Amino acid sequence: MAKTTIDAKIPQGPLSEKWSNYKAHQKLVNPANKRRLDIIVVGTGLAGASAAASLGELGFNVLNFCIQDSPRRAHSIAAQGGINAAKNYPNDGDSVYRLFYDTLKGGDYRAREANVYRLAEVSNSIIDQCVAQGVPFAREYGGLLDNRSFGGAQVSRTFYAKGQTGQQLLLGAYSALSRQIAKGTVKMYSRYEMLDVVIIEGKARGIIARNLVTGAIERFFAHAVVIATGGYGNAFFLSTNAMGSNGSVAIQAYKKGAYFANPCFAQIHPTCIPVHGEFQSKLTLMSESLRNDGRIWVPKKKQDAEAIRAGKLKPTQLAEDDRDYYLERRYPAFGNLVPRDVASRAAKERCDAGFGVGATGLAVYLDFSSSIERLGKSVVAERYGNLFQMYEKIVDDNPYETPMMIYPAIHYTMGGIWVDYELQTSIPGLFAIGEANFSDHGANRLGASALMQGLADGYFVLPYTIQNYLADQIRVPRISTDAPEFVEAENAINDKIKRLLAIQGNRSVDSLHKELGLVMWDNVGMGRTKDSLEKALARIQEIRNEFWSNVFIPGEENAMNVELEKAIRVADFIEIGELMARDSLDREESCGGHFREEYQTEEGEALRHDDKYSYASCWKFVAEGKAPELVKEMLDYEFVQRQQRNYKS
Amino acid sequence: MEKSINITVKVWRQKNAKAKGAFVSYKLDGVSTDSSFLEMLDILNEKLISERQEPIAFDHDCREGICGMCSLYINGHPHGPDDDITTCQLHMRKFKDGETVTVEPWRSNAFPVIKDLMVNRKAYDEIIQAGGYVSVNTGGIPDANAIPIGKPIADEAMDAASCIGCGACAAACKNGSAMLFVAAKVSQLALLPQGKVEAATRAKAMVAKMDELGFGNCTNTGACEAECPKSISIAHIARLNREFLCAKFKD
Ligand SMILES: Cc1cc2nc3c(=O)[nH]c(=O)nc-3n(C[C@H](O)[C@H](O)[C@H](O)COP(=O)(O)OP(=O)(O)OC[C@H]3O[C@@H](n4cnc5c(N)ncnc54)[C@H](O)[C@@H]3O)c2cc1C
Ligand code: SF4
Ligand code: FES
Repeated sequence: MAKTTIDAKIPQGPLSEKWSNYKAHQKLVNPANKRRLDIIVVGTGLAGASAAASLGELGFNVLNFCIQDSPRRAHSIAAQGGINAAKNYPNDGDSVYRLFYDTLKGGDYRAREANVYRLAEVSNSIIDQCVAQGVPFAREYGGLLDNRSFGGAQVSRTFYAKGQTGQQLLLGAYSALSRQIAKGTVKMYSRYEMLDVVIIEGKARGIIARNLVTGAIERFFAHAVVIATGGYGNAFFLSTNAMGSNGSVAIQAYKKGAYFANPCFAQIHPTCIPVHGEFQSKLTLMSESLRNDGRIWVPKKKQDAEAIRAGKLKPTQLAEDDRDYYLERRYPAFGNLVPRDVASRAAKERCDAGFGVGATGLAVYLDFSSSIERLGKSVVAERYGNLFQMYEKIVDDNPYETPMMIYPAIHYTMGGIWVDYELQTSIPGLFAIGEANFSDHGANRLGASALMQGLADGYFVLPYTIQNYLADQIRVPRISTDAPEFVEAENAINDKIKRLLAIQGNRSVDSLHKELGLVMWDNVGMGRTKDSLEKALARIQEIRNEFWSNVFIPGEENAMNVELEKAIRVADFIEIGELMARDSLDREESCGGHFREEYQTEEGEALRHDDKYSYASCWKFVAEGKAPELVKEMLDYEFVQRQQRNYKS
Repeated sequence: MEKSINITVKVWRQKNAKAKGAFVSYKLDGVSTDSSFLEMLDILNEKLISERQEPIAFDHDCREGICGMCSLYINGHPHGPDDDITTCQLHMRKFKDGETVTVEPWRSNAFPVIKDLMVNRKAYDEIIQAGGYVSVNTGGIPDANAIPIGKPIADEAMDAASCIGCGACAAACKNGSAMLFVAAKVSQLALLPQGKVEAATRAKAMVAKMDELGFGNCTNTGACEAECPKSISIAHIARLNREFLCAKFKD
């Protein structure tokens, strides 16, 4: 078999000139031709909505899809904390280079230098754009924009809109999108779910989608297809992602030949409300911004922890000296603001050692008492009021009076569909943006950088790079959706749906999803070992067999059928779970969110092996039931000297 | 403290938009008071599935009060009996042992039922498409700090902007008016210098679209404000009226 090689198409030249050189020399499509070119954008989150709106403004004919009832409800809406940019408004030493460097380092040197630099470079334009759209960012009394700090940085570069930054940014993009829908450049298909990508002569030329209201399977042609469907964290069942977040389009693309890159890089967020019962349907994030003013601790003595767990002692009764502010103790330079992977593992370490609190012992405290003393309750309320309210509604405890309890949970997936510098997948004409791609965050994403990446991709990168591809497509006439490739793809979907409905077994879709999630959390979660991963692979195979022989889906094919929608997604989560375990097993090192217990320093920190694993793992589908092929994109660090991450000094 | 309660859930069931719907009652025992309202519906659905029946269709996504996808009229209130929250943030500790909980979809001519508790809220998207934006394209924008905006103004715009587009305001209104939703957007953009330029035309276009889509007139009953999960103030309606008059005046 010929060895597959990978070309990331990184432009030549110095780091700071690559993007301007690219733009200066790329091909463009003239205005008259733009109208004749159709682009499908799947997803209306920050990435999809910003891309669809911008492409519509340029004059392309855009078809935009989402599964919710309105594009405004994409999962991006839930982002709380903020968005990074290198504006350096506070004059605290920030710069494009520093944002680039922090992102690369935060990602534990497993991202591509050129992409990350470009991201930092366009970050400032995003803030300008959003303000122009009427996004009400937080301001200081002088009327200028306010910033806060996030983990993994020593500067304040995070812009925010109360605790609702994602909502406000998304509504900005949604308003731009709405304007294009009114103009007719974008046609919106909400409550539609993409079920496959259609490839004609090696190029992506359309999609098959299901109308979720009627159940009808429909075909759509386009000259190029853009995937902006978000991350696959729900493979764990319980995560901070919205209920409908899924990895299905990534799997569809993978099965059609696109590489799935770094599936094992998933982020576990340190500050989520702990799990409390079997009926639990999702986990709620408490924004990282809380770590600006909240201090994380557990009792110093085991007997205190035990007394607290038994309900005999209250945290407020514990003297200052009896508290272990373990992040401040272990990481004096960054304290409570270490990156997420570090904070999550430190919490797990304390709880595993028996110092955890809460009824289950799987929780640590996030305490605002010293901030309330220092700043006053009203300042704390202004900064975090809505988060405190959210917490109180769920837990029935008042965080102004007693410390919050938090525990890590699955939150974000750095891995995703492999893309080159142009955000094109390994299938020509198929692009991937936002959380759906694997590109910029390496093995760990810094807080407030996903919103930045989604909008960078959608507003400022894809609208350029896609033209370099489309410039060669202007002579391609619109292909009829009666073409055999469309018919074949639709038939395959119909067969799959019929097969699922015909099983008529005894297990609900959710029960199988929960089972998968538990296997993932226990074996492919915060600490992974060769044994746990091999066990996971075996268990996932069992779950796959059980799913395809014993799932029960009520309802009909040609009507709204929520259980069927979920079943299709869970079938794909099973595939993703397996890829995650396989990738984790291959990567015999610890880096960022991927922690192999066999590979750690004496102090329990992640131990990278740059000599062996300085690559992005790109998994190539071979055939059903066969192991995928691993293709490596070697990561050359031309401009930055890699170091062991250090947040201690 | 976690307890468990036994309840009867009386739910509106309707096969599709054309079918005639009806209430169906289900008994559900041992519901943890720590579970959320939607988790209670999940449990009920698992039970229905185990009895090989079709589960109840309802809209939801973020389950943390921000996406605006969940809806539901619960015991006569949009988003249930608790204040300032969405249905997904409602917890079972607000209900009593032995209680019958009545669950209906939004009732509004402009939001037709799709199935069971799911409704079609495209009308709200169409109102935004009529003018709920600032007419700027991507790129070629001045620096974000070029125009200072006073903090009180920015904060007020933020309050208006926190509308989640859920539709409770129209569902709560006896006239079926979408005025609070429209006012929140008009007000947010009119407050900010970036949106001020188009404020009057925007107000006119959005109100015209609202009327065209069959929403009723606002008679200031205040029901919308009382039921809005984001506490959007009807003071925004006053601002909308000012912008609207201003537009009329210019005509
Ligand atoms: C609770 C929470 C808080 C967060 N806070 C922050 C923060 O403060 N700062 C930060 O930078 N990041 C944050 N993140 C991460 C960030 O919000 C996401 O990574 C980002 O919004 C993803 O955007 P996206 O556009 O790629 O995808 P999404 O917003 O997930 O959008 C996916 C879109 O794809 C559509 N879709 C999916 N599948 C299909 C299909 N098969 N067919 C058709 N359409 C489909 C959906 O309908 C949706 O429109 C947070 C994440 C969570 C969960
Ligand atoms: S104004 Fe309130 S009730 Fe109306 S749509 Fe917005 S958030 Fe919902
Ligand atoms: S499910 Fe998102 S607001 Fe309720």
